[in-house]
Amino acid sequence: MEKVMSNKLVIALYVLPSLLLLLAVIYVPIVLTGYYGLNQWNGIGPMTFVGLDNYQHLFTDTAFWQSAWHSLLLALFSGVSLIGYLVIAMILSGNIKGANLLRKIYLIPMLLSSVAIAQLWLKMYHPTNGVLNSLLASLGVHNPPEWLANPSLVLPALFIPIIWQYAGFYILIYYAGLKNIPETLVEAARIDGASAWQIATRIKLPLLREVINVTIILSIVGSLKYFDLIYVMTDGGPNGASEVMASYMYHQAFRSFDFGYGSATAFALLLICLVATWLIRKATASGDTIQYS
Amino acid sequence: MSNEYGLRKRSHRKWVAGLTLLLSLMLVLSGCGAGKDGKGGSEGEGGKITLKMMHLWPEGSSAQQSKLVTQIIDQYEKDHPNVVIQQEVLENEQYKNKLKVLSASNELPDIGITWAAGFMEPYVKGGLFTPMDDLLNGSKLKDKFVPGTTEAYALNGKTYALPIELNISPIYYNKAIFQKYNLKVPATLDELKQAVQTLADHGVAPIALGNKDRWTGSLWYMYLAERIAGNETLKKAIDGSGSFDDPGLIQAASEIQTLVDMNAFNKGFNGLSNDEGKSEFMNDKAAMYLMGTWELPNFTTNPAIPQAFKDQIGFFKFPMVAGGKGNENSWVGGPGVGLFVSENSKVKEEAKAFVEYFVVQWGEQSVTQAGVIPATKVDTSKGDLPKLYVDLLNGLNQASSITLFADVQMKPNAAQVHLNMIQALFGKAVTPQQFAEQHKAAIEKGN
Repeated sequence: MEKVMSNKLVIALYVLPSLLLLLAVIYVPIVLTGYYGLNQWNGIGPMTFVGLDNYQHLFTDTAFWQSAWHSLLLALFSGVSLIGYLVIAMILSGNIKGANLLRKIYLIPMLLSSVAIAQLWLKMYHPTNGVLNSLLASLGVHNPPEWLANPSLVLPALFIPIIWQYAGFYILIYYAGLKNIPETLVEAARIDGASAWQIATRIKLPLLREVINVTIILSIVGSLKYFDLIYVMTDGGPNGASEVMASYMYHQAFRSFDFGYGSATAFALLLICLVATWLIRKATASGDTIQYS
Repeated sequence: MSNEYGLRKRSHRKWVAGLTLLLSLMLVLSGCGAGKDGKGGSEGEGGKITLKMMHLWPEGSSAQQSKLVTQIIDQYEKDHPNVVIQQEVLENEQYKNKLKVLSASNELPDIGITWAAGFMEPYVKGGLFTPMDDLLNGSKLKDKFVPGTTEAYALNGKTYALPIELNISPIYYNKAIFQKYNLKVPATLDELKQAVQTLADHGVAPIALGNKDRWTGSLWYMYLAERIAGNETLKKAIDGSGSFDDPGLIQAASEIQTLVDMNAFNKGFNGLSNDEGKSEFMNDKAAMYLMGTWELPNFTTNPAIPQAFKDQIGFFKFPMVAGGKGNENSWVGGPGVGLFVSENSKVKEEAKAFVEYFVVQWGEQSVTQAGVIPATKVDTSKGDLPKLYVDLLNGLNQASSITLFADVQMKPNAAQVHLNMIQALFGKAVTPQQFAEQHKAAIEKGN
């Protein structure tokens, strides 16, 4: 078998199917999207080549920058919430009572589809019958906020379910990372008289560094291209107050019939995600690799 | 390692390589194959013809229409044993989105539903819908349509879809709530405001509105614009020959904000979908609801809705505005949806034959069974029709003009600006002046 695997032709043949699939499903559409962005096109009729017009328009399009700002806010918000996930994962991995049950509780939102989560939270946020406002009303609040209709509240109101939705995923990753740390190291530290805080910050965190880097990239890139929950819950409204880059792209292409501009937006979104990934890798890169010894 | 083993390994290697090649070829070939044939209907399987039909009457929210479609299809399949009709049902917004995606990849269903005018234009210009003039002038449908309905589906002298609904938008109101607070049906905007004031003071939501969908709020603006500035001014502003700068149109926008300030609409309307807004009305929590006659089944024939509720629903025409140029018998509405046949359908003739059959059947049955007003002429003499229905039909017969819904009338991009501005206007994020300017800019842009 080793000989087979070292044969270049065989390697190529093994790689070929998935490579072709990847090219056809991911890379070709990316190139095409970039190309569509150079055209004026309503998605149905003939295309007119307009060069970089659409991309130039992006720079002056305040609605796009507003949506980009919202996406950035979401990225920051989810970046910060990673700290919370990490703390929870640390507590859960510390052999506390009921950790198993808690772990399952955190994981359940992950099992639900975004649309189901959106429906659930729509009910929560309902201005008159919603759980949230009924609770506030019973506490004596006379004019509870209109969560999804108020332009200044709608973003935080959407961020909370998104954070809730992904909590289980990141806690699981952290938990797995923490369980991977050899117990002997923790024990040795304990014998040396280290406190729980010291064990967490001096031993567990540094050893978890690679995992943390991955989750930062996942959560920030994921936030930048986030779409589904926002689409179902507010559709970017009211009047663009919860528009994010992906929903803006969607609205341009499918509502306004401006596929050229929508494609340009999509391509810009891709570039922004790539730049963000590169920046994060730069910022979190470390020269030394960790070795358990 | 024995020699024999090495030999076997070599032949094994060839085998693996061959298999991999075969597999990858299969993948590539199957990848190329898909997509090209997906154009909907096909002939095959013992000569059976499959027609794909996409529509927007889900069983849940449009029970009566959904039942009727299924019934017509069943009958047609019984009469034409070689035809199988597959339904694909989506909810309104999803339907519109899917239609666009399918057209971009040129995979429209054989038969589908479209809206008139501006909505239809890109599809027609892209050569996706087939002209229906032969059906329109054919023996079964000639002179059967209410005048003015098919015109909205015509472009460059050809008709690209056959309308099946005719809609006007009354304000439905809950008689029980009106009685409780001693309110009379408002004939003028001032009376409407008084009713709103009284209801709001008693903690009842005066008007049910779900403005996340945005066209719902647009109805209110359209009516106020019509009543204040008149039907002609509004029409011209929309088609670009006039302007949204018209003082009457700006006044209409500021009247919207006055109503918002009076708490005329249910709480949080900008974050609620039309269905959520409607449920305020259906649950006796809101007193009024401005909506198209496609809601009529819910107030007349839908068995899922208690008769007691249906009995307490009435309607009135949109109130007049003092000093306004509008006419009481001007309605906002228009032909509702129509049926198109895809130009690229492989079974175009069969699809057209079904559309013809559907329109005739729908015209006869939708009145009594679904409580929908069809685009074909209705014979009210037969059948025992609900009073609300007959009253509205009479209202329709007296109509002096019907202004087509703005978002249908405008070109897609301008329509989006209009809808966004409606949400902003209701949310008080723009002034009436800015509302007018944005409209003007969007309509001048011309797409």
